Amino acid sequence: MKRLPSSVLPWLLLSPAMVLLIAFTHYPALATLWHSFFSTPKGARPSVFVGLENYRLMADDPVFWQALCNNLWFALGTIPLAIALAILMALWVNEKLAGRGVLRLAYFTPTVLPMIAVANIWLFFYTPQYGLLEQITGALGLPSHNWLGNPQTVLGALMVVAVWKEAGFFMIFYLAALQQISPVLAEAAALEGASRWQYFWRVQFPLLMPTTLFVLINALINAFRLVDHIVVMTKGGPDNASSLLLYYIYEVGFAFWDSSYAAALTVVLLALLGLIALVKFRVLDRRTHYQ
Amino acid sequence: MIAPTSPFAERHRALETVSAWVLALLWLLPLLYALWTAFHPAAFATRFVPDAPLTLQNFVNAWQAAPFPRYFLNTFLLVTLILVAQLILSTLAAYAFARFTFRGSNVMFMLVLLQLMVMPDILIVENYQTMNLLGLRDTILSIGLPYFASAFGIFLLRQTFKTVPRELDEAATVEGASAWQILMQVYVPLARPIYIAFGLVSVSTHWNNFLWPLIVTNSVESRPLTVGLQVFSSTDQGVDWSIITAATLMTSAPLLLAFLLFQRQFVQSFMRAGIR
Repeated sequence: MKRLPSSVLPWLLLSPAMVLLIAFTHYPALATLWHSFFSTPKGARPSVFVGLENYRLMADDPVFWQALCNNLWFALGTIPLAIALAILMALWVNEKLAGRGVLRLAYFTPTVLPMIAVANIWLFFYTPQYGLLEQITGALGLPSHNWLGNPQTVLGALMVVAVWKEAGFFMIFYLAALQQISPVLAEAAALEGASRWQYFWRVQFPLLMPTTLFVLINALINAFRLVDHIVVMTKGGPDNASSLLLYYIYEVGFAFWDSSYAAALTVVLLALLGLIALVKFRVLDRRTHYQ
Repeated sequence: MIAPTSPFAERHRALETVSAWVLALLWLLPLLYALWTAFHPAAFATRFVPDAPLTLQNFVNAWQAAPFPRYFLNTFLLVTLILVAQLILSTLAAYAFARFTFRGSNVMFMLVLLQLMVMPDILIVENYQTMNLLGLRDTILSIGLPYFASAFGIFLLRQTFKTVPRELDEAATVEGASAWQILMQVYVPLARPIYIAFGLVSVSTHWNNFLWPLIVTNSVESRPLTVGLQVFSSTDQGVDWSIITAATLMTSAPLLLAFLLFQRQFVQSFMRAGIR
């Protein structure tokens, strides 16, 4: 290795990872775009160039629009709540509350549990007639409700699961950030007569801003990736009320086997992620320096 | 991790403690429910009475109802395969980025970072066709292959390698060490905590991964636990919550136990791995 010219060695080190990255990230991303302009080969009919036909279909596809809207609502409904809870949890476990270790454990546990496994349990919580939620609402004398069977409530019910799964994970980042805030600041604020509340809003919250941006980006990406619980709990139903973009791609690609329409849908998802990436590189990386 | 005592007035301390505990109980509720149902006869699956008899029969039934030993083996092989590949590939790439100046390194690094946004999870249609083409479909290798090159791993190790003092590197070069020896004897040992952190994140991610394995596998021989559990719990023979929760607990048990035993390290490594 020593004898190699110095310009070859780094490429040699880099190539195994780069080859795989290109093969399973960059190439498929570009191939997806390319294949979205072709028809799906079916039996004797080979794939032909159809231009923007798949996109025209998409524009007229009510399920696509619904999945897209659902996904945006899903992001809007889960992210602020998960972040707010994460901050609250981090503040609590950062202080000397009784049983802090257990609290930390409780909040973080959903992160290590497989979503697919806990989705089964949540499914039971929401089950009509004898599910846990029904038992509670029944005991309070409230009418029975099929949370996952009703288009009005199904997305909300799934959002609760997502918030439960993610808040504890984000808490860790906030906890790390809180511990880097010098305790001198709290003492100074207390001496000045600031309340705990003022200290949080004027000192801690602004100092947590870089963490919030980092968490926000992660949460956004997750909002478009998290579909495990949909496969288990609703399969996108009823009436596509809980279908998200990635779930719809999965359905079109692997239940209807329409690979080129799935490709066109993937392009939309990629564009959304590209937009997030752009914001990240433009806004975030101006603050965080990688060098 | 010792928190300072709050210098603020302690008026609301009790209220805070109670709220924190209520939230914690809510957060643990699914797990507590699973524990209750899995350890009691089916008749008590939804009846929470204190004198319900305890039983392990649900675990026995679940274990016999599906090839769980095979699923465990598959998942174990899968996470090991991915972890080993990720550690090797990330180390090499991170070393190239951290210690060599070469033309195109910035472009290459950008290409790596792109994977943080566009994970293989999204590109399921195209990657499925690639696996078909390679004749790898329905193998454990095909589940792992798209994740072998990890942008997160490369990024994390590059940041760590950059903090290694240049003098160490130069001293080793003067001593006549090759680039390979320097990597293995200087950089890798110094980055040990980061390797552990990354390892924990990687293992728990791939132990829990579901959508891609669901798509690319269709036989018992390659299915990991998550997919096995799903196949198991979506059979049409009526829902037996006792057996499903037992299976659910079995599937999550190794990670859960590891988490309980190494709670501190787990949380700290997640923190370390998350900070940029």
